Amino acid sequence: MKKRGLPELFFLILVIYLILPVLGTALYAFSTKWNNTILPEGITLEWMAFLFQDMKFLEAFGRSVLLSGGAVALAFLFIVPAIFVIVLYFPKYEKWVQAAVVLVYAFPGVILAVGLIRAYAHLGVPMIFTILGAYVIGILPYIYQGTRNSLRNVNARQLLDAAELLGASKTQALLKVLLPAVYPGLFVAALLSFSILFGEFVLINLVVGSRFETVQIYLMKKLNSSGHIASAVVVVYLVLMSLLTAVIYGLTKRMKGVAHT
Amino acid sequence: MSTKKQSLFLLLPFLLFILLFFIVPLVYMLLSSFSNSDGFTLMQYKAALDNVFILQGFKNSITLSAISALIALVVSLFAVYAMMRFSEPIREKILVFMNLTSNFSGVPLAFAFIILLGNSGLFILMFEKMGIDALSSFSLYSWSGLLLVYIYFQLPLSLMLLYPIYYGIQQQWKDAAALLGASPFHFWTKIGVPIMLPGIIGTFSILFANALGAYASAYALTSSNYNLAAIRIGALLTGDIFAQPELASAIAVLLGVTMITAMLLSEWSIKRTRRNLQ
Repeated sequence: MKKRGLPELFFLILVIYLILPVLGTALYAFSTKWNNTILPEGITLEWMAFLFQDMKFLEAFGRSVLLSGGAVALAFLFIVPAIFVIVLYFPKYEKWVQAAVVLVYAFPGVILAVGLIRAYAHLGVPMIFTILGAYVIGILPYIYQGTRNSLRNVNARQLLDAAELLGASKTQALLKVLLPAVYPGLFVAALLSFSILFGEFVLINLVVGSRFETVQIYLMKKLNSSGHIASAVVVVYLVLMSLLTAVIYGLTKRMKGVAHT
Repeated sequence: MSTKKQSLFLLLPFLLFILLFFIVPLVYMLLSSFSNSDGFTLMQYKAALDNVFILQGFKNSITLSAISALIALVVSLFAVYAMMRFSEPIREKILVFMNLTSNFSGVPLAFAFIILLGNSGLFILMFEKMGIDALSSFSLYSWSGLLLVYIYFQLPLSLMLLYPIYYGIQQQWKDAAALLGASPFHFWTKIGVPIMLPGIIGTFSILFANALGAYASAYALTSSNYNLAAIRIGALLTGDIFAQPELASAIAVLLGVTMITAMLLSEWSIKRTRRNLQ
């Protein structure tokens, strides 16, 4: 038995601190009345049922999926091929991509929101498209990291050369050999990006506001009107995030397993 | 070689995205911060730096960010140390849990804290019932309340950033030091912490920047009432009273400069500590 001391205490406090708000919210989402008592007076599914019958919530959920999913799809259509080209054929440019990644990661949404409004609001373009574009750039760090690591893990350059040596054409080598090999890594990057965009609030709130009500904006509105429904939204959000995290974890583990054998 | 040249075309959309949705907005923001209806002016910066309220916002942002970063850093330094005693599979699961909680930020997080510590929050009621008035003067919608929320979203990030740094400390070094008569305390103060110091400083600067740019949780908790630089930008941009986008741009530039300065400072001190190590 090892000695338990101060570090373990800190670890315990940290875990409790991280779990308590989650538990509190979950309990509140399923409680009937909880105004004067320490524990809720009863348990109910009323709030959850309301939420899933509320067209506004379902539409907001749809918009969030559309916006985040759309940005991820665009990133895979336009950004991933570019990263492939740079990593495989022009590694000397990689430091420029890395600089862009650091800048994108460092600049907070609130600053970018100012820029987007100043640059595009007077042009009359629907601002939701600028948000979409900004989201594509916002996930660049995760997309780049994911793509580059997958390419490195499978020794992409050698893999392509070997495939071509065995008689595959360049396109065949790319589509039939390399793509299946890096696919799990790319999928993980896509899920991670999606989960980050799903929680985005600053840009959408400042640039578009309630003209495009996402789950985050819906939650913000409910915050002031109904605590129970707001907590039901948070629970739904957390369940979705847990599912995404579980899939990411499972896939990453399987990839590691493949890499070791 | 021609396919290699052709593949350059694939870079065009990527560059276009970066240009349109990152560089152009930032350039416009910079230009707008130097302009008013008459053209070029330094008035916006003068207005921002002369305004006691805005300066107070910067001061609040910087202290809130620095203190939340420091507390999260210290707690997770000990927590990671404790974590290293667990087996590898358990540590992996802890990291997954941290990854999950790192998604719990912004508006949802602010709401969770309202349930626990808001005006009729769970803990407020519990302490009231138990007759403890330790929390009676506490308000979630103040500086100390924000600090608790900020610490929450800093902790998982801090832990995930420190974990690989700890991982680099090898068991052989501990064994060698112990063999030469160093106590664990000596090992950590003389070897462990100095080796990790560049990483720790880097982690601190990321946490600091992370909090400085945070907007959603403070906005959800206090709408625009608590004075932070990021909140001021949002308020001036959307115009709770009337919009002043040029002034918002100037404050955004100043916030950006603050962040870059903090990062350069950390870069500089990392180089210094590295040199001292050699």
